Amino acid sequence: MTTDLDRLLLIRHFERALLDLFAKGELNGTTHTCLGQEIVPVALAPLLGPDDHVFSNHRGHGHYLARFDDPAGLLAEIMGREGAVCDGVGGSQHILREGYLSTGVQGESLPVAVGAALHLRGSGALACAYIGDGTWGEGAVYESLNLAALWGLPLLVVVEHNGIAQTTPTELAMSGTIGARCAAFGVAHTALPADDVSAIRTVLTPLVAAVRTGSPLVVEFAVNRLGPHSKGDDTRSGVSELRDWYRDMSDVTGFAEADARARDLVGSVVREVKARPLSTWGRQAVRRGA
Amino acid sequence: MRVVENLNHALHEVLAANPRAFLLGEDLLDPYGGAFKATRGLSTRFPSRVITTPISESAITGVGAGLALCGDTAIVEIMFSDFVTLAFDQIVNFAAKSVSMYGTRVPMRLIVRLPTGGGRGYGPTHSQSLQKHFIGVPGLDVYEMSPLHDNHAVFTQMIAAERPCVFFEDKVLYTKRMHEVDDLFTWDLTDGLARVHVDTPPDCVIIAPGGVTHRALAAMRRLLLEQEIVCTLLVPSRLHPLDAAPLVAVAREARSVVVAEESTAGGTWGAEVAHVLHRELWGVLRNPVALAHSADSIIPTASHLERAVLLTETTIHDTVLESLK
Repeated sequence: MTTDLDRLLLIRHFERALLDLFAKGELNGTTHTCLGQEIVPVALAPLLGPDDHVFSNHRGHGHYLARFDDPAGLLAEIMGREGAVCDGVGGSQHILREGYLSTGVQGESLPVAVGAALHLRGSGALACAYIGDGTWGEGAVYESLNLAALWGLPLLVVVEHNGIAQTTPTELAMSGTIGARCAAFGVAHTALPADDVSAIRTVLTPLVAAVRTGSPLVVEFAVNRLGPHSKGDDTRSGVSELRDWYRDMSDVTGFAEADARARDLVGSVVREVKARPLSTWGRQAVRRGA
Repeated sequence: MRVVENLNHALHEVLAANPRAFLLGEDLLDPYGGAFKATRGLSTRFPSRVITTPISESAITGVGAGLALCGDTAIVEIMFSDFVTLAFDQIVNFAAKSVSMYGTRVPMRLIVRLPTGGGRGYGPTHSQSLQKHFIGVPGLDVYEMSPLHDNHAVFTQMIAAERPCVFFEDKVLYTKRMHEVDDLFTWDLTDGLARVHVDTPPDCVIIAPGGVTHRALAAMRRLLLEQEIVCTLLVPSRLHPLDAAPLVAVAREARSVVVAEESTAGGTWGAEVAHVLHRELWGVLRNPVALAHSADSIIPTASHLERAVLLTETTIHDTVLESLK
């Protein structure tokens, strides 16, 4: 059985492997890793059902791996190999799978998530959109919060507030607070630390149940982005001093074994996917029931 | 029947036929029924699926895309097409990409309705023809309303295509009558292409989107009566992707071709049509394809100033004469 620790470690090693592949020149384009932010999607995973629609963003590998046990499909997507989730067309930040969509423009997914929530209203399912603190610079966020509250939609907005947008610290980009902005729209807001999976679930279980009946919610997690924005563009100093669940949990019983298992699993996925033929793009093939 | 009534009838039909069809926009509700009355009666008949929205063009277009992604049919009205610039990201980067960028084609039934064009004195930010900004976006179809194309048939086609569409509605058409053509001419409709003609091979073929129909017909009448110049008018319903073959077939027989549109010049639909015709008929055309546009200008509010910049019957008349020199 896959435990939360297994999932956390899978995401951690997957992201490390990507940076390693980039360093070796084996990946095309760019990628945004979620190193340090893994706890958020892992904590949320059992709170979301198969009928819920998840909207992810540019930093979405953890969101995907917490919802689907499919590191090979994701890596194949990023590497343009056979078996890729979207034939290698979308790449790291544009993925569609049943009940899951990621796209790369900041704030763009929120109105779409409102549309999905409108579709789902009354069914007990919800639309969940991951955004960052930097996303709050986009007007679409506010148009969407207004609609979600106005229409009583099952919309869960998960904010991974890592204090930095690419290279810009939040204090240079945001006046006031996310909580106050939510209050202005009459949208419930909860701020949580992202260091304890069980504690997060305890707090969120009743709140997410309320979302399902039409009370939109913004959950703001304080997280640390331990990696660069994309490949090797970190402008910060002192990143190694930031709190890291990986270090904190390293003396937990069984950690070393789980860590070795995840590292080996990712290593074998990398070897296996690299050996696959290039993906082919069936442009005209139609996908139903996305 | 007036064009706006035909459009209203089409919207009624779409919502009646499909319990998962939605209509969203600003000020749609009865008794007002939308700024141009195209949605009159719909909110009374389908109260749960005709949704009035705040002034949030980006969000409501995204909501439409979200519904379409979930399998619903969504029609979004932007009150004036000028404001579609606020929804450009949702149309170009989300809806058009979503049908195409995830490897396999994702069906999406999203229609963005865009009341467009000048001639009603609404001034520089409520009168533009922005079609050209949507030409050539992969995954996005561009249609224009026409007095010769039944709107229900056009909406049926747009929905069946399962691709996001922008539907430009020239505001001057709303009060015109459907299917009413000058009695000097006869007209027919084949595969979405309307043709207005006389029983003589044309000197000039005029190609125009629906909103220009009446101006083109007026120019054709004058040319025929005053100078015995025979023109054929072609009005496609779908502007992009363009089905060029029937245009090429008609243009081949003429001495000249004019593409007339209300847009300002530069990177336009008409230039795209001209390019296709030049490529297909190089060595056959006797003259370069000529373009008729509005002036390179903002659109003033005062009626006499507005008339001075917009594409008119005279612009088309003069362009046809010039093309035959």
